[in-house]
Amino acid sequence: MLTNLPLLSLQIWLPVVAAIAVLLLGKLGMETLGRVVAIAAVFVCLILCIPLYADFDTTTYAYQFRETLDWIPAFKIKYDIGVDGIGMPLVILTVFTSLIVILAAWKSIQHKATQYLATFLILQAMTVGVFVAVDALLFYVFWEAMLIPMYLAIGIWGSKNRSYAAIKFFLYTFLGSALMLIVMLYLGLKADSFSIPDFYGISLTMTEQMLIFFAFLLAFAVKVPMWPVHTWLPDAHTEAPAGGSVILAALMLKVGGYGFFRFSLPIAPDASHALDWLMIALSLVGIVYIGLIALAQTDMKRLIAYSSVAHMGFVTLGCFMIYMIVHTSGNPRDANMSLEGAMVQMISHGFGSGALFLGFGMLYERLHTREIQSFGGIANTMPVFAALFMVFAMSNVGLPGTSGFVGEFMVILSAFKANFWIAFAAALTLIIGASYTLWMYKRVFYGEVTSEKVAALKDVSWLEWSVLMMLVFAIFLVGFYPESLLRVMHTSIDHLVQLSLQTKL
Amino acid sequence: MSYDIPNFVPVIPELTVFSLGTLALLVQAFWGQQRPAITYGFVQLTILLTGFFTLGYLYDPTVLTFEGMFILDKLAVILKLFIELSVFLCFVYSRVYLADNNMPRGEYYILGLYSMLGMMVLVSSHHFLTLYLGVELMALPVYAMVAMKRESGFAAEAAMKYFIIGAMASGLLLYGISMMYGATGNLEFSAVALAIANTAPEQQLILVFGLVFIMVGIAFKLGAVPFHMWLPDVYQGSPNPVTLFIASGTKIAAFAMVIRLLVDAMPSLQVEWQQILIAMAILSMGLGNFAAIVQTNIKRMLAYSSIAHMGYMILGVIAATQQGYAASTFYIITYSMMTLGAFGLLVLMSKAGYEVEKISDFKGLNTRNPWLAFMMLIMMFSMAGVPPLVGFWAKVGVLKALVQVDLVWLAVLALLYAIVGAYYYIRVVKVMYFEEPDSADSFSVSGEMQFALGVNGMAVLGLGLFPGALFQLCQSAFM
Repeated sequence: MLTNLPLLSLQIWLPVVAAIAVLLLGKLGMETLGRVVAIAAVFVCLILCIPLYADFDTTTYAYQFRETLDWIPAFKIKYDIGVDGIGMPLVILTVFTSLIVILAAWKSIQHKATQYLATFLILQAMTVGVFVAVDALLFYVFWEAMLIPMYLAIGIWGSKNRSYAAIKFFLYTFLGSALMLIVMLYLGLKADSFSIPDFYGISLTMTEQMLIFFAFLLAFAVKVPMWPVHTWLPDAHTEAPAGGSVILAALMLKVGGYGFFRFSLPIAPDASHALDWLMIALSLVGIVYIGLIALAQTDMKRLIAYSSVAHMGFVTLGCFMIYMIVHTSGNPRDANMSLEGAMVQMISHGFGSGALFLGFGMLYERLHTREIQSFGGIANTMPVFAALFMVFAMSNVGLPGTSGFVGEFMVILSAFKANFWIAFAAALTLIIGASYTLWMYKRVFYGEVTSEKVAALKDVSWLEWSVLMMLVFAIFLVGFYPESLLRVMHTSIDHLVQLSLQTKL
Repeated sequence: MSYDIPNFVPVIPELTVFSLGTLALLVQAFWGQQRPAITYGFVQLTILLTGFFTLGYLYDPTVLTFEGMFILDKLAVILKLFIELSVFLCFVYSRVYLADNNMPRGEYYILGLYSMLGMMVLVSSHHFLTLYLGVELMALPVYAMVAMKRESGFAAEAAMKYFIIGAMASGLLLYGISMMYGATGNLEFSAVALAIANTAPEQQLILVFGLVFIMVGIAFKLGAVPFHMWLPDVYQGSPNPVTLFIASGTKIAAFAMVIRLLVDAMPSLQVEWQQILIAMAILSMGLGNFAAIVQTNIKRMLAYSSIAHMGYMILGVIAATQQGYAASTFYIITYSMMTLGAFGLLVLMSKAGYEVEKISDFKGLNTRNPWLAFMMLIMMFSMAGVPPLVGFWAKVGVLKALVQVDLVWLAVLALLYAIVGAYYYIRVVKVMYFEEPDSADSFSVSGEMQFALGVNGMAVLGLGLFPGALFQLCQSAFM
């Protein structure tokens, strides 16, 4: 029965409808019911992900669960959605993360709660839209539409400096994606269709590819974010409410990586090839330099934010290393692991970094400070929380058995096939990442209880506990059984490697 | 010389407005002084009736009448419909404000109605004289409307400015027309177009001079740089309902003027007017967006934003393709909808004796009235061109038209300016949503207006989700 439903459309529109319902309930003063409706809606979405995963055909790279409707016939723009092995895991990640955020808001958000829930429901819908859009302009619509709820989320529920952070976030990302629109219009006119697979077939000169590549780079690099256009991220993360940070880390950054997979590599393969040194260099700078910056942070949330940037460096590294790998080893197969590593890294970073932000949100709610030195000794008063947070920290470090290990390991292993020194630089993260994470953990959780506030802390409630447990489960699932993730993406990644290695000149 | 009785069928809407408008004057004189609601109802019914008649022509073929002076084509029908709609909405928004502020109400509606008649004539003009008649009929009542708040010094200043500059623009327009007439010996657009096409290139100098003067007139009416100076002052000085009126319907009419003069009458001078328009568009987008950033008065901010939007709208005309004209039509229609919503909100929020005009007046609106705040949010994001709102598709339309004719650099420039523009729109959202109100009292507006604004806002959102039909309608006007 479930297979006959327009699963993907439901994933997009159910949360939107729920958001409207929640707002109306809020207006009628039935806030608790609104919360229940929100949770129920996301829960249904998560259940609808089950057939998405179970009925997924892993033998084809074609879009599945495809729905096509005419939308703007005058421009040949279609409402065309579907998922392949790259989009599907990200859809599930989105819904999963959204459920966690909305559950976590149960007690922690009291100010304009229904608006908060509606904002995040819409955000969920738009993010899913980005991952399932097959039509380029539809993709762009979702891509930009994400900005509105995120802008509001940071600005309304953020901390002291929220207006500045919200505006900076909005303008930065708006600027980044503007040129992408022109590129899409250009490609759309050339292909006489806005369908993304049709874009892959157009032959483009090197100049065209270069311009297209840079326009895409600007859009995606801002979102990922890559050094040196990452500066919006620490501000946005620091000022955003806990839920906002989780969504930013787990989803907003992923759409950038997704863009590289979906657009940059297959549409401008020759430019990607010619500029792979630049991308690799930027990624390595991100991994090492941003890691060192994270080490110097005294603000816990900023530290997590910088560690996010550093980890996302692996995604871009994995993406653009493929040319070098193929050049050295001569076997396109070897490139697969690099891209798959990047994909896994995206998913695992979604869980790991989302979990860190969520955990921090729980601390912030209790102590209202972000300074690492004002914590200390929390393990004494919140032992359960400390244990769970340890799992997240370990995943961030990349301990085998956690999801953080799989992606990084795959990318570093591939890097050895490309060039020893790239692998060496990337592997530095194992040291730097461990340093800042464990040092932060030590300062926050261990030691004597110095402040009275910490002494008065109560451990996590059952609701918080169950939310955190969901994340722990996800981290271990990907960590111990990555094949669950890898098997759905093999074919699509194969196809992507083919497209990316084919010259279009 | 025989005289045929012209075909009156295409002018039925205009005749309706004219005759019922005259009747409305009588209604106002006898009953309206005591019960302004009667005039209001009468005028609104007139507009509805006119709209109904106009709608009837939607699928009719093009008709020329009055010896080719008056044209009724698809474009005219579409633009007239939206002019009528915007004037109607504008009156709905203004009713309570006028009562609260003790302004001459009947006169406002009737003058507005006559101005609308001018717009309709302008939209349908196919002759330099009809066009001039339309322009003047549109503008004269508005001068009086601006001055309606007699005791306000700002309003008087605005009215004087508007009148003098408007008169000068008309003068320049007429001067240009006279040159055209001198060169071609014709006033009717198709004859003029034919004559220009047959002029040898070396004899085109006089035509180009004429074109330049006509362009000045157009730029004044559109409020495009470098003839935009009057716009912020008039927007700011006029009472809110009058600003609302100027900002919406007249823009559509001014757009019609562009199409009629440039595309219908002077298609052979395309290369020349394209260059002028490119300069005008770049300057308008740049100056409008940058100057809007520093405004603290929201009416001035929206005035500069309208300058910028006119720049974007022109982009489609610059492309000089059917797609481009259609995109511009789409742009102007949707822009008038957004601006109606934004200024409408200003009118609704103004209380007796207190004109809402500072951005800080919107502080914490989300706490005081979430619905109104949400409507303003929609208008602001739509003007900034963020999907899924209709302002985004308007921009996509014109940009696509530009990319199609290989003017990619202009498209990129336009987008960069749009990012500058985004800043001041989202600042309004910031003030409404991120800041706490000065006074905690929630304020409410009457149900009818809340409903009208709701429809307005939902139209902007709905057209953003389903822009296909309107796009097709606009394209059919140029097929």
